[in-house]
Amino acid sequence: MTAPLPGYLLEVAGLRTAFHTRAGAVRAVDGVDVIVRRGECLGVVGESGSGKSVTFASVMGLIRPPGQIEAGTVRFDGQDLRTLSPRQMRAIRGRDIAMTMQDALTALNPALTVGEQISEVLEAHDEGLPRRGPARRRAITDRAVEMLRLVGIPSPTERLRQYPHEFSGGMRQRMMIAIALSSRPKLLIADEPTTALDVTIQAQVLELIADIRAKLGMSVVLITHDLAVVAEHCDRVMVMYAGEVVEEGPTQAVIGDPRHPYTKGLLASIPRPALRGEKIHPITGQVPELINLPEQCRFHSRCPEAGLGCLARIHMQSSGPGRKARCIRLHDGGEAHG
Amino acid sequence: MAEPLLSVTGLTKVYRGTPSIVGRLMGRPTLEVKAVSDVSLSVERGEILGLIGESGCGKSTLGRTILRLHEPTRGGIRFDGIDVSSLPPHEMKAMRRRMQIIFQDPYASLNPRRTVADIVGLPLRLHGLARGKAETRDMVAAIIEKVGLKTAHLDRYPHQFSGGQRQRIGIARALVSRPEFIVCDEPVSALDVSIQAQIIELLSDLKRDMGLTYLFISHDISVIGYLSDRVAVMYLGEVVEIGPVQAILERPRHPYTQTLMSAVPKVEAQGGRHRVRLMGDLPSPLDPPSGCKFHTRCPLATDLCRSQSPTSQTLGIGHHASCHRLGEDLNLQEEVTA
Repeated sequence: MTAPLPGYLLEVAGLRTAFHTRAGAVRAVDGVDVIVRRGECLGVVGESGSGKSVTFASVMGLIRPPGQIEAGTVRFDGQDLRTLSPRQMRAIRGRDIAMTMQDALTALNPALTVGEQISEVLEAHDEGLPRRGPARRRAITDRAVEMLRLVGIPSPTERLRQYPHEFSGGMRQRMMIAIALSSRPKLLIADEPTTALDVTIQAQVLELIADIRAKLGMSVVLITHDLAVVAEHCDRVMVMYAGEVVEEGPTQAVIGDPRHPYTKGLLASIPRPALRGEKIHPITGQVPELINLPEQCRFHSRCPEAGLGCLARIHMQSSGPGRKARCIRLHDGGEAHG
Repeated sequence: MAEPLLSVTGLTKVYRGTPSIVGRLMGRPTLEVKAVSDVSLSVERGEILGLIGESGCGKSTLGRTILRLHEPTRGGIRFDGIDVSSLPPHEMKAMRRRMQIIFQDPYASLNPRRTVADIVGLPLRLHGLARGKAETRDMVAAIIEKVGLKTAHLDRYPHQFSGGQRQRIGIARALVSRPEFIVCDEPVSALDVSIQAQIIELLSDLKRDMGLTYLFISHDISVIGYLSDRVAVMYLGEVVEIGPVQAILERPRHPYTQTLMSAVPKVEAQGGRHRVRLMGDLPSPLDPPSGCKFHTRCPLATDLCRSQSPTSQTLGIGHHASCHRLGEDLNLQEEVTA
């Protein structure tokens, strides 16, 4: 295996994660490659069941039985994470890579104060802190206050003594970001950070992530179902469908000129005030079940452009500068209605 | 001029919480939440009135109070010339044949132990609209096909369907009694983008084919902007602005509407957009702010706003807003970024 290019912070290749159920193996992530460059924000878009969250739970080593990572390499900052011992992995998780979950109320411990939960991370990843004694405790508290201030929580010193239920939804999401950032990670994986939030609060949280990314120079993976959020916040985008990446590239290029029929369908499905009175063109049908999937294009049953050639395993191919898509009809020039 | 199909005047819904025994002994006052506060609006026959606002603003309570699923505390509701707010229970029940609701959560709003035929047939039995079982089944089958399901689905149970299909069942149940007015309470918010688009298309087709009138409740400005003829904006139980959809989207006048519009991420926008930052969270409805309820978060608030609540002013045909500073015609986006 060759060393990763200096620009890549995270490089995932051929990742396969399956969940073994009585009905058969659910191939939630099936041959996924991901690249995250240093300092960039990658948007990962897909609908429920596309495998976007499982991909990054696999990167974090958070897959538990009946789930299993069956193949693939996960290189982070020069190390192959899949070869690390659980202990070594624990040292990286939370320190170098941090993840925030969609539902802040279930992700936070209801029985511990916010201060205790931030201190836990600081205790575990304690570079630069005094070894022991009151000086250490003071340093930890100071840093916790600093983190809450960084994410814009008013009166942080008092807030440290409060429990998660005493915070509003937007505040809890900020707290989770504060906890995730307190070890100054190189990579923040934010899983649907604003899905449960109102738009005005969503705007606050996304701007906060952007500000901190600029300040700390970290990379961000933003997992979302909302293409508009990606359009405004991400440098590159990766579109997932039924466990596979179907299109990726620079955000502006992909959203301005989508090449994969699924990406096109997704964009055409967004109701826009500008389209009042016109028909929107939703993608017909539903996502296939991920059990016993045949070797063929997974989107073909819903695809308006599908033909006989789609009933084979389709690989990603170049679709322009820095972009790829998984469709055999890429170079047909669009007259494909077979 | 013809009377609107629905008109609501000064509608108020107050929820009272009883303090605990200890609280009562200590003479603590009863807790009161004014979920809907003095709302007046009307819906013309054949139009879609969009009702938008963030969680907790009272939009769902308003929808349900209009149907008297919650009893109004004060105020009048007229439907097709009939004073619905004072109807005795049995007449109200008959009235519900003409006024129906589609719920947000397609998982919680269908009885898991009843078949689709039972669920959709119930309104027919309740209102005595079908003679005998055969006719009930025929009518149910007809509406099931109209919402895009198959008659083969009639004897299945809700858990055998996907979220989008369940929402279709909920729509069939609302429509089977041939109502004229439907409260659509966030009917697409729980669905994935591609399925959401299918349901939006279905709702607009049904409205056209069956001559329906909708009160469409949503927190999603894109959906509201695409579907509605007029839009009402709610904040902490009050309608702060109401008007034709173009006016609300393109030239919102209330500072809250302006903030809401600027907070929505847009697919077309590629970064670098000026956004009105809204400070803080929604105040607790248990203890709403004095004066204008928006003053705690409004960048334009003055002493007057803190002490006196504004009255509704007319800004154009059918366009009204309640704000002390409307006369100055401020554009927040320019104000704040200047």
